[in-house]
Amino acid sequence: MNVVTLSAATFQTPSVEYRQLLPMLIVFGVALLGVLVEAFMGRTARQHVQLVLAVGGLVAAFVAVVGLAGHYGVAVMGAVAIDGPALFLQGTILVLAVPAVLAMAEPSLDRGGVFTSAGSSVPGSEHERVLTATGVTQTEVFPLTMFAIGGMLLFPAANDLLTMFVALEVLSLPLYLLCGLSRRRRLLSQEASLKYFLLGAFSSAFFLYGIALLYGYAGTVRLSGIAAAVSNGSGSDTLLVVGTALLAVGLLFKVGAAPFHSWTPDVYQGAPTPVTGFMAACTKVAAFGALMRVFYVGLGGLVWEWQPLIWAIAILTMVVGSVIAITQTDVKRMLAYSSIAHAGFILTGMVATDTVDARTGEILGVSSVLFYLLAYGFTTIGAFAVVTLVRDAGGEATHLSQWAGLAKRSPLVAAVFTLFLAAFAGIPLTSGFTGKFAVFSAAIAGGATPLVIVGVVMSAVAAFFYFRVVVLMFFSAPAPDGPAVAVPSALTTMTIALSAGVTVLLGVWPTQVLDLAAQASQFVR
Amino acid sequence: MPTTFASQSVQGAAATGVFSLSWLLIALPLFGAAVLILGGRRTDRFGHLLGTAMPAASFVIGLVQFFALLGRDAEDRAVSQHLYSWISVGSFQVDAGLLVDQLSMCFVLLITGVGTLIHIYSIGYMAHDTERRRFFGYLNLFVAAMLLLVLADSYLVLYVGWEGVGLASYLLIGFWNHVPEYAAAAKKAFVANRVGDFGLSVAIMIMFWQLGTVSFAGVFGAADRASEAALTAIGLMLLLAACGKSAQFPLQSWLGDAMAGPTPVSALIHAATMVTAGVYLIIRSAPVFEGAPDAQLVVVIVGAITLLFGAIIGTAKDDIKKALAASTMSQIGYMILAAGLGPVGYAFAIFHLLTHGFFKAGMFLGAGSVMHGMNDQVDMRRFGGLSSVMKVTWFTFLLGWLAIIGFPGLSGFWSKDKIIEAAFVGDGWRPWVFGIAALIGAGVTAFYMTRLFLMTFHGERRWTEDVHPHESPAVMTVPLVVLAIGSAFLGLLLGPTGAIQHWLEPVVGSHGEQTTALPVSVLTTLTVLLVAVGIGLAWSMYLRRPVPATAPVGTALTRAARRDLYQDAVNESLLMRPGQYLTRSLVYFDNRGVDGAVNGVAALIGGTSGRFRRLQTGFVRSYALSMLVGAAVLVGIMLLVGV
Repeated sequence: MNVVTLSAATFQTPSVEYRQLLPMLIVFGVALLGVLVEAFMGRTARQHVQLVLAVGGLVAAFVAVVGLAGHYGVAVMGAVAIDGPALFLQGTILVLAVPAVLAMAEPSLDRGGVFTSAGSSVPGSEHERVLTATGVTQTEVFPLTMFAIGGMLLFPAANDLLTMFVALEVLSLPLYLLCGLSRRRRLLSQEASLKYFLLGAFSSAFFLYGIALLYGYAGTVRLSGIAAAVSNGSGSDTLLVVGTALLAVGLLFKVGAAPFHSWTPDVYQGAPTPVTGFMAACTKVAAFGALMRVFYVGLGGLVWEWQPLIWAIAILTMVVGSVIAITQTDVKRMLAYSSIAHAGFILTGMVATDTVDARTGEILGVSSVLFYLLAYGFTTIGAFAVVTLVRDAGGEATHLSQWAGLAKRSPLVAAVFTLFLAAFAGIPLTSGFTGKFAVFSAAIAGGATPLVIVGVVMSAVAAFFYFRVVVLMFFSAPAPDGPAVAVPSALTTMTIALSAGVTVLLGVWPTQVLDLAAQASQFVR
Repeated sequence: MPTTFASQSVQGAAATGVFSLSWLLIALPLFGAAVLILGGRRTDRFGHLLGTAMPAASFVIGLVQFFALLGRDAEDRAVSQHLYSWISVGSFQVDAGLLVDQLSMCFVLLITGVGTLIHIYSIGYMAHDTERRRFFGYLNLFVAAMLLLVLADSYLVLYVGWEGVGLASYLLIGFWNHVPEYAAAAKKAFVANRVGDFGLSVAIMIMFWQLGTVSFAGVFGAADRASEAALTAIGLMLLLAACGKSAQFPLQSWLGDAMAGPTPVSALIHAATMVTAGVYLIIRSAPVFEGAPDAQLVVVIVGAITLLFGAIIGTAKDDIKKALAASTMSQIGYMILAAGLGPVGYAFAIFHLLTHGFFKAGMFLGAGSVMHGMNDQVDMRRFGGLSSVMKVTWFTFLLGWLAIIGFPGLSGFWSKDKIIEAAFVGDGWRPWVFGIAALIGAGVTAFYMTRLFLMTFHGERRWTEDVHPHESPAVMTVPLVVLAIGSAFLGLLLGPTGAIQHWLEPVVGSHGEQTTALPVSVLTTLTVLLVAVGIGLAWSMYLRRPVPATAPVGTALTRAARRDLYQDAVNESLLMRPGQYLTRSLVYFDNRGVDGAVNGVAALIGGTSGRFRRLQTGFVRSYALSMLVGAAVLVGIMLLVGV
């Protein structure tokens, strides 16, 4: 069959459109440069060089993305799609990665930085103690992060399932490592890393098996080929639907949707907080991009079959995330469940698949999700950055009871965190409100009113636990030996200020970005 | 009922001339707030002056606009100003805009006018507070948010203002939050208001879902096509919002505790303006309530219950501010009652709101002036005989007292009696139940206000030894005098002339001559009689007999009233406990949580042990199993649906 036809005569050198791949090439190039810097540069200079390199690479890649606007098409013989959603999401990942990387580079909150001096040292050992005493700073996290970002850029642009799988692994492997490199509470961090790795590998297996079944159905892994096979109706339906379901498991795992969410709280809690912010924001963006591409482009013809599935998953995810968050007592776990609930809200927007606005021609399901991801990403990175500031002798003080009366210690930090919580809760004049408005109105237009009702009720439940924290910070007496609010360096300050600024801007003046998302809502098929 | 609604009038003419400055009304105090809050200590020297100048400037703009409106025809007095397109998603569009019409103009003048006076008063009242500048910053923030609330042209923009006044209110209640119980009061206000705000957001969602729009013009235009069920749902949710903000039954419990804030705050926010936002919301939403008679009936019932509830609490309070707070709750009950009656009551609800804004603000500031001279004491059992040492305060308070009890000729007489009359309009059981409730309320009001007045200013001096009462400085007494003049004459100006009805008619509709269940002359006589009985009773109990310095045990009713009719106990057993139980049982499968953080009491030890337990229970294998089961179910569903 296909294997037979793959003879030397028909094998062609694939054409590579370097210009269209430029953003990814820049990021991967910088990551490789980072590895060289690690190998050949002195310890003291590395920190600055790596940071400048990473941020410079991100900015350059972003410029390349902007330069590609309007030049849509497929590249590398159809393996990569460069279209509106891909470019918007790549841009989103890059602008989110800048504050995330800045927060990772924070030098002054913890002596020696956020990350452990050596990931290989045994926690509690003499080796670790010596290294800690020297104040050595870990810098291999920068190339690791850049590799992850490169994978994230490819993930939503991948136009065939094998490329998508490669992208998934490229983005996941560095994240597994990054999760285990916390300077404080290393056992918790390593446990998180291992759990994430095991469960991630488990979900990758589902994903790969789904690819195999779909290949069996369509004879190709290219999304357009699968779409053609679906519309022809040839092949076994069992292969198709089982393959679709297994593929969905792998993707829904990455977005943190229920019932594939169980890793989220443990990993978010254990990972170094700046890494948590980075994962919560950028991984979600990339994974939703891939999810939309698979379901809209590859399986668009199967919409009546998978839409009930997404309905069920969206409802379950919103309920699980919002309700379980109520009893959380750790701020990072609470934000983890909140991110699960938000995955549910985003899925709500995604069901409006073929709702095309008559006036502008935009696909509401896509544009609302694009906007939501950008808005939610900034708020999340900002919120986790604030978490890094509240510290006691043992490092970050993440137990909620320690946050009591925080406003009396630092009104500014409490006010900024309140802003982020208000955005999560969807209060008007914050980006969260605009995002919720966009996904819910897309869902209503797509006929998913019951889903929106669940969404609204769950938003109210979620607002309860967000405002519980506000009440705790502003109206409770501080614990006598409570944590202090540390003053960060300019890096974390910039992260928080940028996130807060975007959160307000997208609440007060969202029109430009909404328009951009509307223009970017068409997939190349 | 012959009702004519000019619902299209909420889509006013485009703003030109002086009306293009409407945004400045809000921007000026907002600028003041920004400078004072962000400016830090550098602005300490002139902070209070800037803070006072901003609402004063807004007041001047408001006045100019008011006269410009007067110069127009009654039908052309609604002016819209489009600010910008806030959100546009596909064909859904939300614009941020302002609407200046007769109704919002009443509020603009009240907020900026009374607000400016209270700012001036605060210069003196807060003179010795090191944080005076911050106080003025918060007050300016409040004024800006309140103006946004009443000038909004859609429910969404209104919601922003609604949250803004709430924020300013918490900041000001907890202004002296070094006192733990004051912080607890702010927390209580926050929680009660969250419940109300939830109602408003749900109302907006239902509008959006059922009517596809959230602008006033759109909603009111679509209201006659919408189903009654939808309108009833919207109406009840709006009422819930109003109950939270306006301290109406069953969300009334926070107002008494909110008196922890500085007295000018109690006067401005918790008497004259913010707490009346609920009344504004219901009257602004008149077309919604007109289509939902059931919701209207609930509004009237809530108003009637609250007006009696507040009045009864007021009879037993010895804390002068808490007695006034109970009175505020009761008077707003009157307004809500009138707002629920429909077009026959709308204009009078607003009328009473305006007169109440003057006399209640005046009395709160009077109470502040008394406290200023009495070392911040609030126990009326340790006052008495102050009329001779605080002449101006006494006289202005006298006018406020006469106005609120409805002494013939003064403001309250014109506005409250109209509400009592309106309550008696109609057929069947309603006029009798609601009319008699309003009538009894008037008698009880006369009793507790007379009690308050006599205990404070007359009778023997029951002062503690360390006080030396004295009159307050002119910067405090001049606002008192201005407010007292308003208390005395505003009713006469607007009531018998019919000015307020004519002015508001294009917005709230008109009604023909209505017949009351009893003749109007009989009602007026009855009211005056009941008021006289109330005064007489209070006089014999609190002037003829000496007032003991500590409260006697009293009857069961007195004890209940002193404890706010057990509202906290009821809240706790009806709302808090079941809520906690419900969430606990909902999440019983999540065995990692340790509750208690909500009260900030969770001990660190408990938290640490929880963290260790978490390490033990978070098995990867059980996570993997849950994923496997999930995947199996997913495949199962897909096979069922797809093959």
